Amino acid sequence: METLISILVGILVTVAVYLLLSRNLIRVILGTAVLSHAAHLLLITMGGLKKGSAPLLGEGAESYTDALPQALILTAIVISFAVTALLLVLAYRTYKKTATDDLQALRGFEDE
Amino acid sequence: MKINDVILQTVTKIVVFIILTFGIELFLAGHNSPGGGFIGGLVLSSAFVLLYLVHDIETVRKGIPFDFKKIAAIGAFLAVGTGIGAVLFGEEFLTQAFDYFDLPVFGETELSTVMLFEAGVALTVVGVVVTIISTISEDV
Amino acid sequence: MNNIIVMPMIIPLVTGIILVFLRHYVKTQRVLSIVSSILTLVASLVVLNQIQQDGILRLDFGGWLPPYGILFVADSFSMLLVTTTSIVTGILLIYAFSSIEKQFEHTFFYPFVFFLVAGVNGSFLTGDLFNLFVCFEVMLLSSYVLITMGGRKLQLIESMKYVTINVLSSWFFLIGIAYLYGAVGTLNMAHLSVRVAEVGQGPILTVISLMFLIVFSLKAGLLLYFWLPGSYSVPQTVVAALFGALLTKVGIYAMFRVFTLIFYHDTIITHNVIGVMAILTMIGGSIGAIAYNDIRKIIAYNVVIAVGFILAGLAMSSETAFQGAIYYLIHDMVVKALLFLLGGTMIYLTGKAKIEEMSGLIRNYPILGWLFFITMLSLAGIPPLSGFIGKVYIGQGAIETGSFILLTTAFLSGIFVLYSLLRIFLNCFWGETIINEDEDIPLKKGMLVPCVLFGIMTIAIGIGVEGLAPYVSDAARTLMNPEIYIDAVLQGNR
Repeated sequence: METLISILVGILVTVAVYLLLSRNLIRVILGTAVLSHAAHLLLITMGGLKKGSAPLLGEGAESYTDALPQALILTAIVISFAVTALLLVLAYRTYKKTATDDLQALRGFEDE
Repeated sequence: MKINDVILQTVTKIVVFIILTFGIELFLAGHNSPGGGFIGGLVLSSAFVLLYLVHDIETVRKGIPFDFKKIAAIGAFLAVGTGIGAVLFGEEFLTQAFDYFDLPVFGETELSTVMLFEAGVALTVVGVVVTIISTISEDV
Repeated sequence: MNNIIVMPMIIPLVTGIILVFLRHYVKTQRVLSIVSSILTLVASLVVLNQIQQDGILRLDFGGWLPPYGILFVADSFSMLLVTTTSIVTGILLIYAFSSIEKQFEHTFFYPFVFFLVAGVNGSFLTGDLFNLFVCFEVMLLSSYVLITMGGRKLQLIESMKYVTINVLSSWFFLIGIAYLYGAVGTLNMAHLSVRVAEVGQGPILTVISLMFLIVFSLKAGLLLYFWLPGSYSVPQTVVAALFGALLTKVGIYAMFRVFTLIFYHDTIITHNVIGVMAILTMIGGSIGAIAYNDIRKIIAYNVVIAVGFILAGLAMSSETAFQGAIYYLIHDMVVKALLFLLGGTMIYLTGKAKIEEMSGLIRNYPILGWLFFITMLSLAGIPPLSGFIGKVYIGQGAIETGSFILLTTAFLSGIFVLYSLLRIFLNCFWGETIINEDEDIPLKKGMLVPCVLFGIMTIAIGIGVEGLAPYVSDAARTLMNPEIYIDAVLQGNR
């Protein structure tokens, strides 16, 4: 299971890097979103998968999965959600102001 | 081009309430089972976003005349406030308290200050999401 | 039970939230923000002095004992930085009152400054690696908003880069945390230190430590500073000063914390890498500082040089060098804020940013000119000013540890700092004045007073260094002996 997820993380990172290196502003933002999802998956994999039952009261199981990585991921998701939302607003404003979403065209602007 | 969205509008009238109820259900389920402020808040805000999509911004603003930035601030204040509340009672910062109460309709219920914290989180999420969506959509 | 430790983070946070509601009452916002800065300062001074008597203080959130809960730890090093942060923000706010446009005061400028400060103070105080990540993000999110305020074309483009590079470095941070958690199974810094010492810092842990090095280098601008000059030269003057004074310092602090507390076993790799990076940073920063004609760019490259200089102290890793680095860190927070303010004021007065387009400003604004002169001397490390003592200690540390290449580069970079600022001084302040009588824009008192306050601070730190000495030597001692920190946090229940 861990191996499979690790490979998945690798694929996600590949996709994200491809998107990040593209010239389109929206693709870059999508790249950062995919990138943070890869990190979240890695975090939960590092805590160990399927080690026991869900860490909830009332499950009555013998062993529980480590709850800490899940808490970390929830926090990380909230943060990446906020950052992505902010990036979208920023990209939109940049597009409005410069009338282009091509990063190549955004180079070499001098201050007006 | 104005598209005819009678079906969407009619469905939304019912669906929004289902979403809102589900959001509150998720919010209350938190603490000891899956759910909680963040998830509940996201679901709640999805209801508002649906309204924005179906109707235009002005109409929704007439119906829900809140400043969502302030809602986010109230939420953040509530969340930090529960932490400071503990300080006022001489406990360590962010200490949470809970007790069991016999409420008239619900029977014995567990009430805890975590609930207030989660309510703060939910309000913040709703406020922030709706603010962001309306900022992007405002000047299109 | 030391609830006061959390105050330097909570006061700004609550102030920020309250100021959101007072959006349209600019006067109230200003008064409240000054009051809050003073309260923060008082709280941090109280904690700083309490540490000298009771040793390192800690606060377990919600009563969960370490290593299970999250916690705040206050030692002399972090509290010195928190105190400086509160003073610097307070003074910068005064500058903001007269320089920032009305429109921004209505669109949550002050709340975001306070969220930024809450994030900075939180990062200084936290004793948990993941909490450090969260505080970093609080700080960065506010900085994303602050950097775009104004919405000029260039500003938006630069902030796009700034945000993307920071998202990337946050990703590295998360990955590092994930690997570290997978390897040793804890995130409490003191507990991490114990666990890492137990298993020994093998190749895997060293690689993880290098990941953290990448993260903090990106944030601090150590070698990976390519984004810094661009993004620090576009925002409003106050925002740029805030960034220059605080943001890179948080990265430096994190690097000090992680590489003295957790990964201090394999210095041959980690500390040598830091040393080489510091040298390259100083060289690159020096080249940048003398290559540009834009005042803001020159100042931004000066930030880069200082980062290299301070981290040279970490690379030497002796108590004397740490002392020097801490002195220099405090000095740099004050002086860089002043430098950004002076640069911004000059641009405001003349409407130009290139040095060859300005001339003779000292005739119209003598105080400004002499303040710039003092700043220059202070950065160069002339004795009665604050930069001197840090340089001396770092030099002494370098000789003790035999790191002569670091020593040479560090002091050569000082000459380049002096040269780059001297160029500004000679071009802009001396010579025939370009401003004729009727075009003379009066220098607002609200802009001059903060600069003078910073000027007084750099002199005061230089002369009153004796008063700072006990705190700094305690901080350096704690950095050198991680057991002190570990004992204070875990108190035997390892």
